[in-house]
Amino acid sequence: MKAALTLPALVPLLPEMVLGVGAMVLLLVGVYRGERAVRLIDGASIALLVVAGVIVLLLPEGKLVSFDGSFVVDGFARFLKTLAILGSAAAIAMSIDYAARERQQRFEYSVLIVLSTLGMLMLISAADLIALYLGLELMSLPLYVVAASHRSVLRSTEAGLKYFVLGALSSGMLLYGASLTYGFTGTVTFSGIARSAAQAGPGLIFGLVFLFVGFCFKVSAVPFHMWTPDVYEGAPTPVTAFFAAAPKVAGIAMFVRATVVAFPAITAQWQEIVVFVSIASMLLGAFAAIGQRNFKRLMAYSSIGHMGFALIGLAAGTPQGVQGVLLYMAIYLTMTLGVFAVILAMRRSTGMVESIDELAGLARTNPTMAFFLATLLFSMAGVPPLAGFFAKIYVFLAAIQAGLYALAVIGVLASVVGAYYYLAIIKIMYFDEPAEGFVPMPGELKVVLGVCGLFNILFFFYPGPLVGVASAAARSLF
Amino acid sequence: MTIGLGHYLSVAAILFTLGILGIFLNRKNVIIILMSIELILLAVNINLVAFSAFLGDIVGQVYALIVLTVAAAEAAIGLAILVAYFRNRGSIAVDDVNLMKG
Repeated sequence: MKAALTLPALVPLLPEMVLGVGAMVLLLVGVYRGERAVRLIDGASIALLVVAGVIVLLLPEGKLVSFDGSFVVDGFARFLKTLAILGSAAAIAMSIDYAARERQQRFEYSVLIVLSTLGMLMLISAADLIALYLGLELMSLPLYVVAASHRSVLRSTEAGLKYFVLGALSSGMLLYGASLTYGFTGTVTFSGIARSAAQAGPGLIFGLVFLFVGFCFKVSAVPFHMWTPDVYEGAPTPVTAFFAAAPKVAGIAMFVRATVVAFPAITAQWQEIVVFVSIASMLLGAFAAIGQRNFKRLMAYSSIGHMGFALIGLAAGTPQGVQGVLLYMAIYLTMTLGVFAVILAMRRSTGMVESIDELAGLARTNPTMAFFLATLLFSMAGVPPLAGFFAKIYVFLAAIQAGLYALAVIGVLASVVGAYYYLAIIKIMYFDEPAEGFVPMPGELKVVLGVCGLFNILFFFYPGPLVGVASAAARSLF
Repeated sequence: MTIGLGHYLSVAAILFTLGILGIFLNRKNVIIILMSIELILLAVNINLVAFSAFLGDIVGQVYALIVLTVAAAEAAIGLAILVAYFRNRGSIAVDDVNLMKG
């Protein structure tokens, strides 16, 4: 027996502890001060996330391990944690003006996002099945609540209910897979599973398949994507912006770490599944989005497609592939947040509008917004020299190096089909008769849109640092 | 007849399948879906405890306790969302959850 009373090393958990304790304090402030404290709590939540992000970057170099190896901080975790924190902080900032105008100011909203981010950080660092499950649930439970946070609006509560039912089903499947994996390998740690996976037999494959069901659900990959369009459309728009960004990063982190670290011995088996999921997601994302007129629903299909592209890198299963996934997620995060900043700014004096036809003639009524949105959409379509092009090229190159030629070719074709609906929006903005202009864009949305747009334009000139960091982060996993 | 690991796993697999079917075949009531989710989690617990006993490893039982705790939190949130939904819609029939086409 190990000494039972020694405290585990807590330094690697410092960002998580800051978020956890901070969320409790903010909750108490909210309970005592009531709705008057909303602005204070929104600001404090963003500050808390920034502090946690700084701590993530300042943690000692190298691989830190705690709780007997079930919590790992390596380059991979640092990279994705930074992304998840950025996504969450931006989501809170983008919700402030919306909540004020819709009279939906609730202090619980930011506290729930902070708690969900805490779950994401734990999920990104999880190196055994128990930590993975706890992180996943801590991330998901607040998500169900914020999806239903406009509790007097039927669409919002319906979105919350659908998300909850399907989310609970998927975590049940994931748990069933975890129990089979535990039973047939005799351990829950990823490194232990990796050691005994080779002689574990067919039971482990069953477990793996059920685990993948849960992973695919969380990153909304086909065939477990059906919740995405409904939840994106029904949830309040700032919540959708949040769903599309940070939880996807954490979901991909969980998918990649569990697959690469725990199952290298049965690569041939999981590679087939990931290739199928990736192809199906790319094709569905490309074709199903064509007929959509609702911008939020269109972004749902777009995110399904993007997850398909990111999974190409995982299918390669090499350090180059994981590097591609990391870069893809970083660039995806900026593209999505930027586009949602525009969706949140689609407001007339009569209220929010969501149809892409409302963007007609935006180039004349608000040329700056139209320019940045066009940039981001070109980037999503993968047009060089914007960042989205590089995101795609890194995963395609990794797939080709791993010999997955068919996957790379289908990926290129799917991105060509997908370009159609992105270009259709640009055509509406630049060539249709102008509709009535939108009310002026709030400052925080301008900042998010500007930063994301400029990142996508300027990435081409100075890609070295991000690519280098992603490469080091990917190697830390192997 | 001695009861071996296979029997426990079979019971768990049957309960798990019933839970999945309960979610997909049921067209009546969202409460039944919540019950089916609990059934799935309990099937997982049987699996975990059976493996734990037969492997002589305590971790499975720790896992089962954690699953129980999280399941309680999950049920609480599910029921809360269901109450909010019922106040808006006036019904909890599964066929009425159709405002957005799925």
